[in-house]
Amino acid sequence: MSGTILKAEKLTRTLPGDVPVTLVRDIDLDIAQGEFLAITGPSGSGKSSLLYLLGLLDQPSGGRLLLEGRETSGLGENGLADTRLARLGFVFQANFLLPEFSAVENVLLPIRRLGRLSPAEAEARARRLLSDLGLEKQADKLPHQMSGGQSQRVAIARALANEPAIIFADEPTGNLDTVSSGVVQAILKNLARQKGRTVIVVTHDPSFAAQCDRIVRIVDGRMAA
Amino acid sequence: MMPVLTGIALRHLLARKRQTLISLLGIVLGTGFFLGISAMMQGSENDFIHRLIDNSPHITIEDEFRNPRLQPVAQLNPGAVIQMHRVKPETETRGIRNYLQALDYLHAIPGVAASPMLQGQGLVSFAGKDEALSLNGMIPKDIDTVSTIGTYMTDGTIKDLEGNPDGIIIGSELARVLSLERGESITVSATTGQMHSFKIVGIFHTGRASFDEGQVFLALKRVQALLDRPNRANQIIVKLNDPYDARDLALRIEDRLKYKSVSWQEASEDIMSTLALRNIIMYSVVSAVLLVAAFGIYNVISTVVMEKQRDIAILKSMGFHAGDIQTIFLTEGVLLGALGCALGLPLGTAIMFGLGQLVFKFPGTSQLTPMPIDWGWQQFAVAGGFAFVAAIGAAWLPARKAALVKPVDILRGAGA
Repeated sequence: MSGTILKAEKLTRTLPGDVPVTLVRDIDLDIAQGEFLAITGPSGSGKSSLLYLLGLLDQPSGGRLLLEGRETSGLGENGLADTRLARLGFVFQANFLLPEFSAVENVLLPIRRLGRLSPAEAEARARRLLSDLGLEKQADKLPHQMSGGQSQRVAIARALANEPAIIFADEPTGNLDTVSSGVVQAILKNLARQKGRTVIVVTHDPSFAAQCDRIVRIVDGRMAA
Repeated sequence: MMPVLTGIALRHLLARKRQTLISLLGIVLGTGFFLGISAMMQGSENDFIHRLIDNSPHITIEDEFRNPRLQPVAQLNPGAVIQMHRVKPETETRGIRNYLQALDYLHAIPGVAASPMLQGQGLVSFAGKDEALSLNGMIPKDIDTVSTIGTYMTDGTIKDLEGNPDGIIIGSELARVLSLERGESITVSATTGQMHSFKIVGIFHTGRASFDEGQVFLALKRVQALLDRPNRANQIIVKLNDPYDARDLALRIEDRLKYKSVSWQEASEDIMSTLALRNIIMYSVVSAVLLVAAFGIYNVISTVVMEKQRDIAILKSMGFHAGDIQTIFLTEGVLLGALGCALGLPLGTAIMFGLGQLVFKFPGTSQLTPMPIDWGWQQFAVAGGFAFVAAIGAAWLPARKAALVKPVDILRGAGA
């Protein structure tokens, strides 16, 4: 692991309303490049909310967040979207594959949106990613023609499509059976350990968390000691 | 990037073939009927105006004044209340004074043809039958320049009137009613009591029965003699190269000659207003058809947006902009609108062709008239453009809604 890739300072998220609800409060966190980090905690503790803040999907009400040394608060909605597209990848509990698109087409979506590769190069990269995850035979299948584990692996391939610096995974094994869960865990672990990518995982599974370099526990929106 | 967004839009529509087809059908039928009805209404309006312009003088200068001439004392005291007793109107032969000078002025205006005319009432008696006539005294060589009557000649020509000062051109209905033929003579008596025998040198047929029965054309000099109004004309008929200049030119002429000059637009103002009102009603009705079709598109795209909240959230989390999401759903409207136009315009063309085959015999005419259809590109542009705008408008609201989706709101509730 090398320098800090993501730094949170007093990160706070409060939902406005008649009775404001604070989801995450005063989070200070340094995440190193290539770190495999687990965020755990009871249901409703604010794990996913923290992940969304770290992944620039949500904007903090207080504190600041630095990605690769850059302040993210002034990026604006499109700037944040561009940063997510080029530097971040997401895997969710549900695979969220677009049902009308085949596996390879799902992986192609972020590549084509970024537009840095020619159509042939993009297709080659999408197929290689699927192949790396053992899905070469499923590449042209629609999501409903694949198992839950296969679909989740396609979602991981899609998250890796633009070679992101950080992968955020929100309960990526929550909907999977034991075997598929093991495969997904191994892939994410491999991404961190072998490929040197930063992987941040929200999980309820203590055995999965135990495989990570560090565990951050959130209770009532705060980091537990 | 556009192909990505278009690809997503296309997949959304293809995934709901039945709904898409129904909304598409709405646009196709709406565009087709819009085009068909609009072309028919515009065609009939154009035909009407065309006939009006062709068959009526573009400007008619009459032997009367728009406002009564003021007494000198009234001119000297404008605004004063003046009562005058025993004013005796000047007795004079009615008609346009110095009409030859007026003609010189008119002929000096580029693009203007003008000819004097003396109109009066007469009676023809033949074979025990009497027919009231409207006598149109004109300079024979000018008739073709200011009137289209020459194009309706079925027997003889206008030129025959030039060579025969005692000639008369009558309508086909008069000829039929009185069993007259070209070459026969008839005696015309005027309201002055004078009578004269004329030889029929030509017969015209306009298709308007009352005109064909009641109007006759003669040499100006003969009508002046019959009506006892020598060297007088009670109208000057003006034809213009550009009939749409008539309103402005009529004002100029009236300002110069002082006689009432009526353009064809002024003479037909009530009809033109009726046509405008008819257009408003027609466009309201056919637009309503397309609006209903647009609701079909709104329904489809709105349903897609509702169903695709998760997809929208994941696309945004991937890095698609709000504008990209809006573009996807607007593209769906554009695709439906474009395809609707592409299929609706040929349908409309077929409707136009079908309507063009219909023929009618209108009351007062003696010939069959085909349904006039306007084949101008403007009809296609308006129908296609309206359908397209309706489709995009219908897509805009759900597209805007989709763009405003916050991915976190969806992802928070979509864990399972």
